[in-house]
Amino acid sequence: MRASRWGSAAVGAVAVMAAGAAHGQTAGADPNDPAPFGPPVDDRHVWVHGILDQFEARIRGGDTGLRWDGEAWAGPDEWRVWLKSEGELARGRVGDGQTEAFFSKPISTYFDVQVGGRYDLDSAPGRGWAALGIEGLAPGFFKVAATAYAGDHGLAGKVKASYDQLITNRLILQPEAEINLYSQDDPARDIGSGLSDLDAGLRLRYEITRKFAPYVGVTWKQKFGRTAELVRAAGERSADVRLTLGARAWF
Amino acid sequence: MVGGAALLGLPAWARAMAPAVSETLTGNTFDLSIGERPVNITGRTRMATAVNGLMPGPTLRFKEGETVIVKVANRLSEPTSIHWHGLRLPADMDGVPGLSFRGIMPGQTFTYRFPITQGGTYWYHSHSGMQEQTGLIGALVLEPKSPPPYAWDRDYVVMLSDWTDEDPMTVIGNLKQQGNYYNFHQRTLGTFADDVKRKGFKATWADWTMWGAMRMSPTDIMDVTGATYTFLVNGRPPAANWTGLFKPGERIRLRFINGSSMSTFDVRIPGLFLNVVAADGTDVDPVMVEEFRIGVAETYDVIVEPKDRAYTVFAQAQDRTGYARGTLSPRPGLIAAIPPMDPRPMRTMTDMGMAGMGGMAGMKGQMQGMPDMKMSGKGAAEMPGMDMGGMEMATPAPKGGMSMKGGPMAASAKSAAAPIMVNADGVDPKRLKGQPMVDNVAMETQSRQDEAGDGLDHSDRRVLVYSDLKALRPDTDIRPPAREIELHLTGNMERWTWGFDGKKFSGSSPIGVKLGERVRFVLINDTMMEHPIHLHGFLFSLENGQGGKAPLKHTVNVKPGERVGLVFTADTPGHWAFHCHLLYHMESGMFRTVVVA
Repeated sequence: MRASRWGSAAVGAVAVMAAGAAHGQTAGADPNDPAPFGPPVDDRHVWVHGILDQFEARIRGGDTGLRWDGEAWAGPDEWRVWLKSEGELARGRVGDGQTEAFFSKPISTYFDVQVGGRYDLDSAPGRGWAALGIEGLAPGFFKVAATAYAGDHGLAGKVKASYDQLITNRLILQPEAEINLYSQDDPARDIGSGLSDLDAGLRLRYEITRKFAPYVGVTWKQKFGRTAELVRAAGERSADVRLTLGARAWF
Repeated sequence: MVGGAALLGLPAWARAMAPAVSETLTGNTFDLSIGERPVNITGRTRMATAVNGLMPGPTLRFKEGETVIVKVANRLSEPTSIHWHGLRLPADMDGVPGLSFRGIMPGQTFTYRFPITQGGTYWYHSHSGMQEQTGLIGALVLEPKSPPPYAWDRDYVVMLSDWTDEDPMTVIGNLKQQGNYYNFHQRTLGTFADDVKRKGFKATWADWTMWGAMRMSPTDIMDVTGATYTFLVNGRPPAANWTGLFKPGERIRLRFINGSSMSTFDVRIPGLFLNVVAADGTDVDPVMVEEFRIGVAETYDVIVEPKDRAYTVFAQAQDRTGYARGTLSPRPGLIAAIPPMDPRPMRTMTDMGMAGMGGMAGMKGQMQGMPDMKMSGKGAAEMPGMDMGGMEMATPAPKGGMSMKGGPMAASAKSAAAPIMVNADGVDPKRLKGQPMVDNVAMETQSRQDEAGDGLDHSDRRVLVYSDLKALRPDTDIRPPAREIELHLTGNMERWTWGFDGKKFSGSSPIGVKLGERVRFVLINDTMMEHPIHLHGFLFSLENGQGGKAPLKHTVNVKPGERVGLVFTADTPGHWAFHCHLLYHMESGMFRTVVVA
C-alpha cells in the first residue's frame, strides 16, 4: 500500500520535474554560487554615524566652562572605525583633551573589542598612547567601556559607564561617569599616579527627536590622591560641582 | 493604462474616486513602465516608485492555462525588477536580481514570459533595493481554470502597505545606531509604578531585572512603527478612506494582500463575519472568523455579506501604533465608526523560547498570558446569530502550545523512517549563543500554530489561527520528506543584525536540494519577533496539525520561540530566494539561496 502510493507520487514528481526542465534553468548558474548575478541584498552596507553625547556649558558663578564628548563611526556590521574626542575649554585653556582612533570588531552579542591609539591634545604637553579596549552593553542595560593605554609615560586606564533611565519615552535621566588611572606621575599634565580623576554627571534630557535632545544636569569633577595634590598646588580646586546645560545630538 | 497615465499628476489619495478599471489590466500581454512620481501621503511631497504612474501598481489579471508576456521598462536611474510573489514559474522568470538575472538596468526593457499554472490572489513587487518600500507593489489576480466552490458577486483587492517620508536607508541606519529608535512605548518609571501597583514590588523587580539581565525589552513588537509609518489601504491613508461600493445583498470577495515592508496587521470589519476561503492564493475549507492577522507578504481571501450600511475595514498594526482604514459602503460618502485600537501587546517568556520556565520568579503575571487558545473558541461560540456548529469543540485538537512541543519533530518521529536532520549552515545550535549576531537562542521551542499571536490571544473575538487552515486541494505528493533542513532564525536587536543560524547572506553558502526531492524545512525562531518567511518558486505544506490537509503557502509568519515545519517537493530547478519578508531584515542579510539541481 505504502509502496504503491510512493510509486504514483514518484511518477507525479517526475512529470513535474520534466515540466520544470522544459522551462530551463537559468543559463550558466553555478549551483555552488549563492548569487551568480551579484549580491541580491546589501548586507555589507557601510553605515556612518556621528554622536555628540555631551556638548555643554558647566556653570559655577560667573565661571563657565565648555565640555564636549563625542564620537563618529563608519563601517558594516563586521567592523567599524571610530574617532572619539573629549575635552574641556575653561578660562582660555583646553584641558582633559583626548582624541582617540579605533578599529573595532564584535566579539560577543553585546561587546566589541577596540584597538587603536589616543593622543592627549590640549593646552598641556601632548602625550601619545597605544590603546586596547572593550565597549558594549552590560546586563541591566549599562553602557560600559574600558580601555587600557600604554605610552612613554607608562600605563593608563579609562572606564566609562552610563545608564538611561526612562521617565517617559522622551524624558530620560542619565547618570554617567568616567574615571582615569595612571601608573606614573606626569606633573606637566597635573597627573599623579593611581586613581587620578572622576568626571560624573546626572543629566535630564528631553528627546525632541531621537536625534536632538537638550538637557540640564549637574556635573561633578573630582581629582584624587597625587593628582589632587598637584592641582591644589597649582591653585585650583580638586572638587568641582557645576550646573550644566547642553544638548545631545547625532546623525 | 490610459486612465492611469491621465491620473499621473494626482496624489495617490486623490485617485480614490477614479474608476477601478484604470487600475486593473487584463489579457496576456502587459506593458509596465517603472518610474518615479511624486506622492503626498502625509502632507509632504515625496518621490515614490510607481508602475504606469500608479502606487500601488495596477492589478494584473492572469488566466490559468495561458502564457503571459510582461514587458517591464525601467525609467528609473537605478536597476529594478519585478518578482511574482507566490507564482510557480521557471527560475529565470522569478525576478530576483543576483539569482534569476542581473536585474533590469535603467533605460532597458525586460520581457517576462511564463505560463500561469495556478489560480488565486497573489502579488508582485520589486526585489531591488528599497523600491518595495517606496511603492513598487501590486496585486495579481489569477483566474483559475475550474471555478472555486464558493460564490461572490463583487471583487475588491485590499492592498495593505506602509509608507514613510524618510529615505528607507535612513530608517535602517537609524536602527543600526539605536535598535529601539522607532519604539516610543518602552517601559518607563511610570509603567514600573503601574506594575508594582498591579503585582507588587517583588514580582515587578524580578520581572524587570530579568529582562534587563537579558538586555531585551518586552515592548519590542515591530522594529519600524507608526512613529514614521502611515498605513495605507490601496495606497490611501486612513483620512483619504479607500471605499469599496456594493449593492446590499451582494457577496463581496475581498482579496487582502499585505504588501507592507515591515508591518503586520490585524484585520477586522466590525459588524461583519469574515469567511476565509483562501490563504496565500490557495483555497481552504471556509473558516468563519471575526479577525485575522496578516503577516507581511501573506494574502487572505475573505467573503463578506454586508447589509445596507457602511462598514469600516480596520487593519491595526500589531504594535497598535496606527492603522490602515477603508470603508465598504452601499453609497459614496457613507462612513462607519472607526473602532479604538486594542491594547499594545507585550512579549512574554514564551516568545523568548523559555515556555518551560514557568517557575521563574516574577513571571506569573506574564505567564497567565501563556497560550490559551480556548479564548478564541469561546469567542466563536458566543457570536450571536451565527450557526457555528459546535465551533468550540471543533477548534483544532491541540490546546496549549505545550502539548505541541516540538511540533514538526514530534510528527516526524512518528513516521516509519525518521528523516535525516541537517542544519542548513552546518551549525551546532548550542554554539549560537553569545555570537555577535545572536541575542537569544530559544531553549524551549514549540508549535504555536494554534495561537493567534501576541496581541490577539486575549481577544474575545474569533480570530483565525494557522491550525484552522485546511487545504481544499492538498499537495498531491504524499511522500514523507527524506531530509529535514533546520534553520534557526536569529538576530540581535541591539546591533540590529538579522540572519539564519547567526549568519548573514554574505557569509553563507546555498542550501542544496536535489531536483525532485521532497524535503522539510524546520524553522526555529530564536528571536523575539515574528518573521514572515518566504520561499520563492514553490508552495509548501505548512505543518499546522492538519496532516494530509496541510494548507499550501508561500509565506509563513513564524512566531517568536516557535518551531515550524514546511514540506515541499523541489520540482523546479534553479536558484531560489528564501528570506524573511520584512524588507529591512532581508536587506540586512536574513536571506538564503536554495539551489534545486
